[in-house]
Amino acid sequence: MDASTPPSSTPETPRALLESSGVKTVLDQLDAELVGLVPVKSRIRDIAALLVIDKLRQDMGLQAQPPSLHMCFTGNPGTGKTTVAMRMAEVLKQLGYVRKGHLVAVTRDDLVGQFIGHTAPKTKEVIKKAMGGVLFIDEAYYLYRPDNERDYGQESIEILLQVMENHRDDLVVILAGYKDRMETFFGSNPGMASRIAHHIDFPDYSEAELMQIARLMLEKLNYRFDADAEPVFGRYIGLRRQQPHFANARSIRNALDRIRLRHATRLFAHDTSLTRDQLCTLQAEDILASRVFAAAAPPVTAGN
Amino acid sequence: MRLTQGTFSFLPDLTDAQISKQIDYCLSKGWAIGLEYTDDPHPRNTYWEMFGNPMFDISDPAAILMEVNACRRTFPDHYIRLTAFDSSHGTESVVMSFIVNRPKHEPGFRLVRSEQAGRTVRYSIESYATQSRPEGMRYSSDN
Repeated sequence: MDASTPPSSTPETPRALLESSGVKTVLDQLDAELVGLVPVKSRIRDIAALLVIDKLRQDMGLQAQPPSLHMCFTGNPGTGKTTVAMRMAEVLKQLGYVRKGHLVAVTRDDLVGQFIGHTAPKTKEVIKKAMGGVLFIDEAYYLYRPDNERDYGQESIEILLQVMENHRDDLVVILAGYKDRMETFFGSNPGMASRIAHHIDFPDYSEAELMQIARLMLEKLNYRFDADAEPVFGRYIGLRRQQPHFANARSIRNALDRIRLRHATRLFAHDTSLTRDQLCTLQAEDILASRVFAAAAPPVTAGN
Repeated sequence: MRLTQGTFSFLPDLTDAQISKQIDYCLSKGWAIGLEYTDDPHPRNTYWEMFGNPMFDISDPAAILMEVNACRRTFPDHYIRLTAFDSSHGTESVVMSFIVNRPKHEPGFRLVRSEQAGRTVRYSIESYATQSRPEGMRYSSDN
């Protein structure tokens, strides 16, 4: 028997292979930087596992066809669909599934033309740009307008379908949108639904997760809450969640922006020069000035 | 007679895999890639027709190969070349160009002698393919 025939990879466990391929670091990073989103993370883990196993199968001379990775992200506003799509491009690049790993984010406007014969070149242009990476179509349900049967969106969908089928290893298409409207969209475009292997639903964040997100956001901006401010912000989240138009992480980001504004105004009142500590610390009163508290509860007197 | 023009002209025709590696190289240099076709093989015929727009914002060879194949489908019996344009200051010209499609039958060139005053002879060449045939009909298979 030839010395080279016994496959050298047998002693290597899948776990060891996963560690050595750099995939592990990607997954860890994902865990560290994205709060919550358990279904998303587990799906990425599955995909990573499949790609690693496929590599093993290939070494053994078994058939290894790359899986179809077109995805659909559904979820309420601010649940991280766009953020995850951005990360997904990077992740797939590191997993070796896409070659370049760039993300082209488009909406209906970028795909659908204004007159007959305009749509096909426009859609193809976008697709060409996205090849080797990820094409992210935000609010994809706008592509299909059931009320107008001569709408050019249908043409765009047909081209997309063709490319999703024929250029499966050249690009990954991710559709995103609110759940109910995406369901209607798929209902009227069964071809689209069947070509998308992964339907991932983004759950709403819990209060604890939102708090963690706020902490991460502040950390990135070099701010922090002081001891009093943190429970107050926790209360803020609880109240804000019950109000209309709550957009999960996006609302948190907006709230933090407003708190920073109040913080800046408060610092302006000081006569002395400001310390580094003062510049980074957000206090309870910055948060308590919010309208959310005034609308929801009997007024709480600001502590300091 | 096999037409030799541009980069790699003395090598056998590149396969699609080789073409896509060359495209990858061009893209990594930031060159804009264009496709051009003609059915007039004369060496002084510099200005070929463009197929679509030059591709500036593409990052993967697969997209350009898709265009190459579209062009081949449209003009199966034409010469098609892929050009890479370097827009950086001081260069601003085509820095690489190679043929990606050629007619099935290339009859070659004939020497044309024209008599001038005083028994002078001027020489030029003319492709057999273009003789007395208008543009578009020169390599059609029914001759």
